[in-house]
Amino acid sequence: MARGTGVRLARVALLVAASTAACLVPLPSWLDPARPAFLALTLLWFVFVAPRPGGVLAAWLAGLLLDLLQGGMLGQNGLAMVVTVAIALKFRLQVRAFPPLNQAVVVGGLLFVYEFLMFWTDGMAGLPGRGGWRWLYALTSALTWPLVSALHLRILGRH
Amino acid sequence: MASRQDHDIRPLLVSGPSLAARLFFFVIVSGVLMIADHRAGYLDALRSTLMGGLYPLHRAVDAPFSAYRWVGDTLATHGMLRRENARLVEENRELRLRQMRLDALERENVRLREASQTTARVIDRYLVAELLRVDMDRLRHRVLVNRGTVDGVYVGQPALDAQGVFGQVTRVGPVSAEVIMISDPAHALPVVINRTGMRTLAYGRGDLEKIELPFLPGNADVEPGDLVVTSGLGGVFPPGYPVGEVQELLREPGEQGLRVTLRPLARLSSDPEVLLAWYDNQVQEPVATVVPASGVETP
Repeated sequence: MARGTGVRLARVALLVAASTAACLVPLPSWLDPARPAFLALTLLWFVFVAPRPGGVLAAWLAGLLLDLLQGGMLGQNGLAMVVTVAIALKFRLQVRAFPPLNQAVVVGGLLFVYEFLMFWTDGMAGLPGRGGWRWLYALTSALTWPLVSALHLRILGRH
Repeated sequence: MASRQDHDIRPLLVSGPSLAARLFFFVIVSGVLMIADHRAGYLDALRSTLMGGLYPLHRAVDAPFSAYRWVGDTLATHGMLRRENARLVEENRELRLRQMRLDALERENVRLREASQTTARVIDRYLVAELLRVDMDRLRHRVLVNRGTVDGVYVGQPALDAQGVFGQVTRVGPVSAEVIMISDPAHALPVVINRTGMRTLAYGRGDLEKIELPFLPGNADVEPGDLVVTSGLGGVFPPGYPVGEVQELLREPGEQGLRVTLRPLARLSSDPEVLLAWYDNQVQEPVATVVPASGVETP
């Protein structure tokens, strides 16, 4: 059993590392605004499929990691990630019963909230705007959700 | 079935603070962090240390691209190398010719500066830094380079490439540094139009192919093709280094100002390397000569 748990933890760590790396892999500048929020998608998948009491802490740490890796304001992604995951935790029992396509709509809405918080904190800090394209990834993340969900399920299995 | 039950270690009764309490706590902590980082800058040392800790992850993302470049270089054919060598020889000949003319101009410049008792602010040392193929913040124009405090890199250091001004260092870790490009919307650069000597500010607009001069009066003497160089004001960039070429002039009806768009000369989207520069930015103002009303100069 201990070995099984170890393998499972290693797979979770690998999945989180791969999602983080996917947020950093260089894309052509025209495609970058459409890059799905892979780390947020992974955390949301854990919330819907395998919730743990430490979900909010994990979300905050993941957000902080993004702030550090992407050179943003420390705590900005942390705040957005915590609020998004908290809303997902609140409604996870209803959402996990939906088929993946319906879940994708919810995920799109959650990532819209995420980006709204980023937009709001950008404004509060007096940072320059990033134009209308900033909202695009909420849509592309929603569109990739069924694929990401199936991939995660294949790697980790259902709890 | 039994093994699945073994794996399921979720507690039946969830103990600890409620979701709302945990959310409230982390929202407050995030707010404090943002203020401390952005407004007060208290976390620069912590961020610098953590940047060093996360450098291996950046390297790991960059690794396949570095390997691809390495394989490309290694597998270059004899013909390709000969063609490149011929191009470099031609380029070297052209640069030597230009250098001869520049040497003469530089000597003349030194004599003139000696006469006016000012010192030239030119780059006296530089370090080649490799850009890591890592995307930073979405929609912001920042890059990571493989040089840090161990190489003497500092915040505010100018970065250039072979064609022109690239940006400046905004954060430094032990072995890496973040460079903001001149095309980032948060970047402003004091510049001068080379032909007329008119000074203004160049702002990034989030487009790698364009930067903007938004504060020129409607009657400003600017023409497409004019070279725009650094003015040296602000003390970050040495004066006279090329920034861009005027591409487009836009006079909006009802507005008194003129919007000028530049094409950056630095290869912002494709250069794999930048030069981090050191120069003496102590400006020595010319000594004022007092001319009394009688017309006799004081010694």
